[in-house]
Amino acid sequence: MAGRVNRLSPFNVTALALGMAFLYLPIVILVIYSFNASRLVTVWGGWSLRWYQEFFNDRAMLDAAWMSLRVAAVSATIATLLGTLAAVGLVRGERFKGRSLFSGMLYAPLVMPEVISGLSLLLLFVALNAERGFWTVTIAHTTLTMCFVTVVVQSRLASLDRSLEEAAMDLGCDPVQAFLSVTLPLIIPAIAAGWMLAFTLSLDDVVIASFTTGPGSATLPIRIYSEVRLGVKPEINAICTMVIALIAVVIVIASLASKLSNSEAKSAAPL
Amino acid sequence: MSTRRIFAQPARYAAIAPYLWMVLFFLVPFGFVLKISLSQTAIAQPPYVPVFDFTEGWAAIKAAFAQLSLDNFKLLVSDNLYLSSYLRSLIVAVTSTLILLLIGYPIAYGMARLPQRWQAIAMMLVIVPFWTSFLIRIYAWINILQHDGLLNTVLLALHLVSSPVVWLSTDTAMYIGIVYSYLPFMILPLYATLSKMDPALLEAASDLGASPQQAFWLVTFPLSLPGVGAGALLCFIPIVGEFVIPDLLAGSSSMMIGQTLWLEFFTNKDWPVASAAAIALLALLVPPLLLYDRLQRRTLEGGR
Repeated sequence: MAGRVNRLSPFNVTALALGMAFLYLPIVILVIYSFNASRLVTVWGGWSLRWYQEFFNDRAMLDAAWMSLRVAAVSATIATLLGTLAAVGLVRGERFKGRSLFSGMLYAPLVMPEVISGLSLLLLFVALNAERGFWTVTIAHTTLTMCFVTVVVQSRLASLDRSLEEAAMDLGCDPVQAFLSVTLPLIIPAIAAGWMLAFTLSLDDVVIASFTTGPGSATLPIRIYSEVRLGVKPEINAICTMVIALIAVVIVIASLASKLSNSEAKSAAPL
Repeated sequence: MSTRRIFAQPARYAAIAPYLWMVLFFLVPFGFVLKISLSQTAIAQPPYVPVFDFTEGWAAIKAAFAQLSLDNFKLLVSDNLYLSSYLRSLIVAVTSTLILLLIGYPIAYGMARLPQRWQAIAMMLVIVPFWTSFLIRIYAWINILQHDGLLNTVLLALHLVSSPVVWLSTDTAMYIGIVYSYLPFMILPLYATLSKMDPALLEAASDLGASPQQAFWLVTFPLSLPGVGAGALLCFIPIVGEFVIPDLLAGSSSMMIGQTLWLEFFTNKDWPVASAAAIALLALLVPPLLLYDRLQRRTLEGGR
C-alpha cells in the first residue's frame, strides 16, 4: 500500500510551509510597505498612494521605465523569432555541421555570469564603433534571452508527435507548409511563454544593461540599482510593486494561454 | 527518402539566422575580451592600446603578436586583491551551494510527496519568484534587514535581542540574498528527480525491515544524487560570478571576482585588467560547466 510509505509527514509539511513563507514573505512585505504613508520606510503611517504619485512625477524614473519597456518588448520579440528558429533547427535539423558548437553557444549564456557577457558585448560594440544606447542594450538582451526561448520551445517541440506532420505531408503539404499549418499552432503556447520569459528577463537585468548602455539612456533596473545603493526609498517600493504587478499579469496570461492550448489539444485528440 | 530526411533540410536552414547571431554576439565578443586582456592599459578613449590593427596588413599583425603581453595575467596572480577575490568567490559559492542543498532538499522532498494535483501548484509557486525581478527581491531583503527594518523590530519586540543587530553589509545578509535568489534553481532539479522515483522501491525497503530513516538514506538519497549534482552546479556556476547581491548586501571589505571586474572596469577604467579577470573567471567555470553538460547528457540518455 503506497500510502504507508509515501504519505506526508509533519516534517514534510513544515519544510514546505517554511519554504513557501521564505519565498513569498519578503515580496508581500515590500508590496505592503509601498502603500505606507510614512516617509520612514519601517514606521507604518497608514495607507496611502503618495509614493505612486511621486513616481509619476519623477521624470528621470519615468524615462527609464519607458526605455526598459521598449527594450524588453523589442528584444523579446527578436529573441522569440531567433530562439524559435534555433529550436526548430536543433530538434528537426538532425545533424548539421557545427551543431554542437551551436547548442553550446545557446546553453552557455544560461549560466554565464552576467559580468562576462556584459563586458564582452561592450568590447564588441566599442570595436564596431557603435553608438551605445537603446539598440546596443536591445541586442545584448536579445542575445541572452533567445537562449531561454530556445530551451522553452525546444522542449515543447521535442515532445510533439511527428506523425502529425507526416500526415500533413502525405496529404500534399510541403515541409514548410506542414510546419506552419500543423506544428506551429501546437507550439504557439511555448512560443508565447518564451516571449514572456524573455520580456521579464530583460525587464530585470541590471548588469548587462550597465555595460552596454550609453550616457543618458539608463534602464529602470539601472536607476533602481543606483537609488538602492544610496539606501531604501519608499518610492522604490512603489516602483517595485508596479513591476511585480506587471509581471503577475504576464504570468497569468501565460498560464491561461497554456491551459487554453492544453484543453484545445485534448478536445482535438479524438479527431 | 523518409519523411524525417525531407524535414531535416528546411529545418537546418532555420538555424542559419540564430547561428550567425550567436557567432557575432556571443563568440566574437569573447575574441575581443581575450585580445584586450593581452593589451596594455592606456589613458585614452577607449582606454587600451589595440594590439591588432588589421588595416595594416600581415606584417603589422606579425609585429603585434610579438607585443602581446601577459602582464595583466601576471598582475592577477601577483596582486593580493585579485587572489583574495578569486578565493572569496569560490568560498562564497561553495558555502551558499551547501546551504541551498540543506534548505532546498527538504522542500523538494515535501513537494514530491504532495498529492498529484498539489504538486503542480507547488511547482508553480516555486517558479513564480524566478519570474519576478531579481533586483526587486534583493531590494525586498534590504527593507527587512536594514537597521530599523522589520527583522530588528520583530526581534526587539520578542525581546530576543536588546539592541538592533547590524544585518546589512555583512556576509550573513549576502548569504540570505544568495540563498533566496537561487532557491528555485536548487529545488526544481531536485524535485524533478525525486518525483520520478518509484514508490515501490520504498515499500520494498520497508517490507525488508528498513525504518523510514534508513529507507531514506539507503534508497531515496542515493537515487536523488543526479538531481543533487544538477542543482548544485546550476547554483554554483552563476554564484561564482555574482555581482549584484554581494554589492548590495555584503560589506565592502572583501570582494568577489565579479565585483573586482566591475570595479576595474567602471571605476578604475582598466579595461585590459577587467578583461583578464573575465578570462580568469571563465577558466574557473569551465570544469563545472563541462561536468554539468556531462550530467545533463547522462540524465537525458538514462531517461530514454
